[in-house]
Amino acid sequence: MTASLFSLVPARYRVTENRRESGDTRTLSLAPLDRPLPRPRPGQFTMVYVFGVGEIPLSVSGHAVNGDRSLTHTVRAVGAVSAALCRAEPGTVVGVRGPFGTGWEVSRSRGRDLLFVAGGIGLAPLRPPLLEVLGARREYGFVTVVAGARTPADHLYGVEDECWRAHGVTVLRIVDRVPEEPGPRGPTVWPGPVGLVTDLLPEIRLRPERTTAYLCGPEAMMTHTGAALTGLGMGPAAIEVSLERNMRCGVGVCGHCQLGPDFVCLDGPVTTLEHAAPLLAVREL
Amino acid sequence: MGTATSAPTVPPPPRRAVISADALDDLLAALRAAGFRPVGPTVGAGAIVLDELASAADLPHGRGSATAPGSYRLTERGDRAVFGHSAGPQSWKRFLHPARRRLLTADRDPRTGETSLRADAEIPVPYAFVGVRPCDLAAIKILNRALRRAPEGDRGPFIVTVECTEPGAACFCASAGTGPGCADRIGDFDLALLETDDENGHRFLVTVGSERGDAVLDAVPRDPVPDGMLEAARAAVAAAAGRMGRALPPTDLRVLLARSADAGHWADVADRCLACGNCTMVCPTCFCTSVEDTTDLTGDHAERWESWDSCFDIDFSYLHGGSVRTSTRSRYRQWLTHKFGTWHDQFGTSGCVGCGRCVAWCPVGIDVTAELAALDAEAATESGDAR
Repeated sequence: MTASLFSLVPARYRVTENRRESGDTRTLSLAPLDRPLPRPRPGQFTMVYVFGVGEIPLSVSGHAVNGDRSLTHTVRAVGAVSAALCRAEPGTVVGVRGPFGTGWEVSRSRGRDLLFVAGGIGLAPLRPPLLEVLGARREYGFVTVVAGARTPADHLYGVEDECWRAHGVTVLRIVDRVPEEPGPRGPTVWPGPVGLVTDLLPEIRLRPERTTAYLCGPEAMMTHTGAALTGLGMGPAAIEVSLERNMRCGVGVCGHCQLGPDFVCLDGPVTTLEHAAPLLAVREL
Repeated sequence: MGTATSAPTVPPPPRRAVISADALDDLLAALRAAGFRPVGPTVGAGAIVLDELASAADLPHGRGSATAPGSYRLTERGDRAVFGHSAGPQSWKRFLHPARRRLLTADRDPRTGETSLRADAEIPVPYAFVGVRPCDLAAIKILNRALRRAPEGDRGPFIVTVECTEPGAACFCASAGTGPGCADRIGDFDLALLETDDENGHRFLVTVGSERGDAVLDAVPRDPVPDGMLEAARAAVAAAAGRMGRALPPTDLRVLLARSADAGHWADVADRCLACGNCTMVCPTCFCTSVEDTTDLTGDHAERWESWDSCFDIDFSYLHGGSVRTSTRSRYRQWLTHKFGTWHDQFGTSGCVGCGRCVAWCPVGIDVTAELAALDAEAATESGDAR
């Protein structure tokens, strides 16, 4: 057996909780049935297998501490596997491989200001580093979260805003649009701003030379946000992004997630804008 | 530092011998006696294919191959040459990285929902690869590195390489730096052969490359190397280097491709390329795979199968929302740039060994050496314009 084949065999996990985040998005808690996988670092991903349906990469959205061996994943129903996961009742057995890839190394930015910018489900992989920071809040300067979503109902972890703010985190949320027609819970009330995450950047307390930014969302959102932040004086080495390509094996042997010289499953998903920007600038790379 | 204590050590010359063509059967028998299953070139399906060798009679005696862009034909050589052919449609990848294999079996108890997952045990076949061309000898190493396999040493396949004195029209190993000779790459092979047929008879010069190669040679009738044979053999290999059908452009291809992402020539190739993926299937180093999850009709038994995939497939780069590389232009660019450029970044070498298979098996005859030369010419024109 080759060394890599071992990491191609999933470990069994049982779904212990399936929590609704928005209309199409769920947060699953998974507990190991046999050997637990190594504890993921914030920003890493796992490959989750649904019996007979298939396997998809999912970023870790929870921050397990101490002896906790459970895994938390937030998943949006966009395909066969993700839809099956969103429907998974507690007790369902899934397979998990990983954790894979690079992570957000927030502890390297102790003493600095942190800026988290998320688009849609991109907030999920940013939640673990944010929770890590909340556990050592005094070691960081200003901490700001800017989160964009399609509509008010699509915002993730809205119930946690209060807790984050109580830890001295500035939380700004924005939506692409506010639906005019009333939803199942009556008309949508959105007191916040409407627009793109980049619209909010001029409003935040940004000390460019002492800030590290963490961006996760659609590629266009990350490149525009990165450009806006460099325009505000930040260096591209202090801006980290989480890339998405077709991750399948997780161990750099299937070839699908290549982006120029990178295997995103090994060299990413988290990398600096300094590294990623020239690659993302090439169309269809 | 500063005290040179010993002169640079020159490795002792490897053990060499001469065996007759009749002794090929003894060689296969010795390999079998040592526990190996010999596989090598044989005629099948109108080509030289790689398959089990029951005896030396299975080898393609007197058969050759004529290649050109988009063309491969088996030929009658009119002589007794056993290894007088260039690369066939298959490579040793067929054995080292099978086109299809089961990775995983999963079962679910319909009553309790209890689920089991198990990997398929990989039972290694102790192959002896007989008739490995120098280009393919390099490819085996490159493929194993790309699959991130630890060097197997004596646990890997036994390799009998055959140096090349008659390159084909699609061949360009000399410019790829992988051939036509390889007897100096001690450690990469177990035995190296060089075929000669002259007034002294039909014979093979044998070079030993490993301890187990040494042991196998002990069991084969052999003669000492006559005076002048080694020099003549080296001269024949050197002459073959000058008869390559093709050559890579003499430029740093890694640099060329790094600056060619927006080259106009990609559109020219895309006009011809069918994105069929033949080049990736015949390439001895293309390693990409895909997995497919299936269930039986009960839905309680599931399997995961791995199979070769190709970066020319539109789904290869699929993400939610669509594929990254939708145009043929971008997919051809990915393949060529990876093979000759970013492979260096990833694995420290080129991914191309110059075997010429992609040239011969491209249905429209796209020739990588010509496409690289065109990219080089375009880059030269552009830098000329800048001046």
